Amino acid sequence: MNSIRKLDWQEFFIPRLIKASGYSAILFVILIFFFLLRESLPTFGEVSLRQLFSERWYPIEARYGILPLITGSLLVTIGAMVIAVPFGIGTAVFISEIAPRWLREILKPLVELLGGLPSVVLGFLGILVLAPRLRILLDLPTGLTALAGSLLLGGIAVPTIVSIAEDALDAVPLAYREGAWAMGATRWQTIWRVTLPAARSGVLTAVMLGIGRAIGETMTVMMVTGNAPVLATRLDSLFRPVRTMTATIAAEMGEVANASTHYHVLFFIGMVLFLISLAVNLAASSIVFKAKKRAERVLS
Amino acid sequence: MVDKIVIENLSLTYAEGNESLRHINLKIAANAITVLFGPAGGGKSSLLRCINRLNDLTDIRLLQGKILIDGQNVLDPKTDVIALRRKVGMVFARPVVLPFSIRGNLTYGLELAGEKRKSRLDEAVERSLKLAALWEEVKDRLDDPAVALSGGQQQRLCLARVLANQPEIILLDEPTSGLDPISTGKVEAALQELKHQYTIVLVPHSVQQAARTADYAAFFLQGELVEFGPGRDLFTNPKDKRTEDYVEGRFG
Repeated sequence: MNSIRKLDWQEFFIPRLIKASGYSAILFVILIFFFLLRESLPTFGEVSLRQLFSERWYPIEARYGILPLITGSLLVTIGAMVIAVPFGIGTAVFISEIAPRWLREILKPLVELLGGLPSVVLGFLGILVLAPRLRILLDLPTGLTALAGSLLLGGIAVPTIVSIAEDALDAVPLAYREGAWAMGATRWQTIWRVTLPAARSGVLTAVMLGIGRAIGETMTVMMVTGNAPVLATRLDSLFRPVRTMTATIAAEMGEVANASTHYHVLFFIGMVLFLISLAVNLAASSIVFKAKKRAERVLS
Repeated sequence: MVDKIVIENLSLTYAEGNESLRHINLKIAANAITVLFGPAGGGKSSLLRCINRLNDLTDIRLLQGKILIDGQNVLDPKTDVIALRRKVGMVFARPVVLPFSIRGNLTYGLELAGEKRKSRLDEAVERSLKLAALWEEVKDRLDDPAVALSGGQQQRLCLARVLANQPEIILLDEPTSGLDPISTGKVEAALQELKHQYTIVLVPHSVQQAARTADYAAFFLQGELVEFGPGRDLFTNPKDKRTEDYVEGRFG
């Protein structure tokens, strides 16, 4: 009798607890969004839109042009993706399709371990090892450039891309590969024309999450990109210092007067970041959704 | 009678320790259907996969013996595996159509081999579809997606896709296991036509199919070739007690 009552109590309580924690995740996102909105909206009353999207960021003289910060973030992220996407997908293909089993069993956990490396450690390596070598190699005034940021961010995004893309490739049924091999396709033809297209949605998700990881990364870029808010318009901006949105917020939020214009603009930057990562995530899920519908059609 | 494939003393053990084939000796005749049958785990599929070297990518601990095709040992490491697999086509139990049009599925193998001339590709499409007894059903909709075909049509499309590569040998691993009797009948009828031009090795999904289709039959049990002979004799008058018991349904 006693045990039955205990069960009743558990059945009543535990599902509600799980439900509550599930809903709280949604609640927190909404609360964060409204907090961002509340703190950033006053910006529009204090700074004109034209000034906001001008190219000079100098808060001490009340210059709040966030354009250089946006281009800085985009430049570093695009640079990181140019490095991380081919390298990450290549590594995933190697681990999943080419490496012998024993090597795969070493590589996969190793790559995932790399993904857990604190970014401040990478930034440290960037300052001490990468930046001086870049300066000497490319004959630059300073090695703390967008390029250094891109290289390190690429390194940070690679484990994310490898891990997810490898899972997707691994999930492609063996029958597809055997079908292609039996038709006389080479290993490379099989990978390029059968396995990768079959795993397309998972590979795209991997790339999108890699972008998300890179654009939101703060510590590393703050340490190695030089933090000069200069508008990045030309290709050689890659070899100059830039400043990203994340680094700006992290560097200035600590010493800003509460509820000042500067404070509001920093929150506005946070809002822009939030919207960008929302857009990336929406794009990723819409691609996956489309691809899934196609796959279901194919397999049904 | 010409022996197209000669298997000499073939033994195979997988890395997990499963012994799959023990000292197999078998001669497979050209222009005939040779059926490899027996209960699951007997080594029939393993043997098929050795003939076109599809086992290369599986972990194998031990592979001994020879498989001679036209006198050449295909297990020799120097064999051009890609060329071998074009010469030895394979159809699987579950039809794997590629997400292209019907035509695209058929020209895929030729395009992989570098054939670009449209006239040659069109010719191959028509010829291979006719051989697989699918031409009449799909000739007006070659550009439709192949996945729109029924299961039986998809399996015949897979057969046609293999034929488009102009192989000499066709391996079929339970090609009708997922098909209804009418589709199965069509595939079997196509095979009876094809054997005049090709060497066919079939792993059937039932003893009945083995008896229906076999010119020659080989009974496999636990990695051992128990009995081999012309289909007529083996199914009506088996010499080995185990073959007799299996054919008559006493175990399996």
